[in-house]
Amino acid sequence: MTTIDPVIDPTSDYDIFDPQYLLDPFPTIEQIRQSSCPVAHTERWGGSWMPTRYADIVAVAQEHDVFTSRQILVTGPPDGQEPEGAYAGVAAPPISSDPPEHHWHRRLILPFFAPQAVAKYEHITRDLCNELIDRFIDNGEADSAADYAQQIPVRVIATMLGVPTDMSDTFTGWVRGVREAGLVDQEVRVAARGNILGFFFEQVADRQANPREDDLITTLLNSEIDGQKVPVEYVMGVCNLMLVAGVDTTWSSIGASLWHLAQHPEHRQQLRDDPELWPAAVEELLRAYAPVTMARIVDRDIDFQGCPMKAGDRVLMSFPAANRDPEQFENPNEVIFDREHNRHVAFGAGIHRCAGSNLARLELRVALQTWLERIPEFELADPSTVTWAGGQVRGTRIAKVKF
Amino acid sequence: MKVTLDYDACHGHQSCAIAAPEVFGADDIGNAVILVEGEIPAELEAKTRRAVGNCPEHALTIED
Repeated sequence: MTTIDPVIDPTSDYDIFDPQYLLDPFPTIEQIRQSSCPVAHTERWGGSWMPTRYADIVAVAQEHDVFTSRQILVTGPPDGQEPEGAYAGVAAPPISSDPPEHHWHRRLILPFFAPQAVAKYEHITRDLCNELIDRFIDNGEADSAADYAQQIPVRVIATMLGVPTDMSDTFTGWVRGVREAGLVDQEVRVAARGNILGFFFEQVADRQANPREDDLITTLLNSEIDGQKVPVEYVMGVCNLMLVAGVDTTWSSIGASLWHLAQHPEHRQQLRDDPELWPAAVEELLRAYAPVTMARIVDRDIDFQGCPMKAGDRVLMSFPAANRDPEQFENPNEVIFDREHNRHVAFGAGIHRCAGSNLARLELRVALQTWLERIPEFELADPSTVTWAGGQVRGTRIAKVKF
Repeated sequence: MKVTLDYDACHGHQSCAIAAPEVFGADDIGNAVILVEGEIPAELEAKTRRAVGNCPEHALTIED
């Protein structure tokens, strides 16, 4: 168990793993935002800067020539160098790529994630949600995070990748190894990364030997750039990204949204009364409960909003912070489904906008719709037992409800 | 009312198509396309304004 020193002044010593911050980061973020130093700094976890205003966070996201993607984890080696050894050349394109390679790294995968392409996963997502609810609906209680939210995206991503969905628990363990325990323990992260890449090395070798029809890995392996087949490391990297970025993010978003709906019967009623609200409601829940914080590495010494950033420094882009800035959103801490303007950045901004955003939205909408159809009335069994993960991805991990 | 798209500024959030699916859609890589040629029909103006106001990249502009 990691011990966290108490945080006295978050503007100069914030800790994204502080228990209070994990439980509810927004008071701390607001304190930093209202201070004379809205771009906070800390020496903890390898050191980082953390802007808290919407405009500054979006600027970091958009100015990709200054704020590079050499390292995107919120902790770890700031130079972005993965350890030597097996799979040392495999990253997570395009999220870990900078221009000019970023362009083709991203261009090749975007067609798989366009709205018209992900629509075909709606019915399998709905069937999956119904099967999960069948398992606990007669019990009158369930863990909305562990029994439901956590179970959904991993199976959808496994289906999309053409890998066995019955390995879902294994995949979930690996993802948590990279993104939860691995953030504070490099050995755990390296081991989880090795498991993921070892698995995809075998999957890629299998598709090379036995190409499949309508298969994402086969299609990627056959892709060409400038008349050349793409490198195998690229294909493994995309698989790595889809698993690591496509599982705990969406699960966290579904979980946090259910946690909200459990406490707001009036919002459940609103969705029953006006089903046309669903698309806007999903966007508003994404705004209020944006799960993801990403990191950037500063390319050269610069002054950013009065802060002397040095080449190699890490900058955190807290999309949850951006989405609660009162300068950008009226009453930012209130969930307002019919909010007039909602330029939320739950999926980031600029050239690295989450490639899976259309799939994530679909999963979030279907998961919530199916839950509310089957379990229209529910509440938290005991709010004091709810646990949250944070750091890179914020969402509920235990959230028992009764109905 | 007309609406214009700066395609280079669009990064495929699809916020516009979610707010006004009659007016905006997606191309093969998921970036925005404007489905309505010329004037936006009066009954879609409010939705279109909302869509423009939802774009995180400020890639859409209204010309009244």
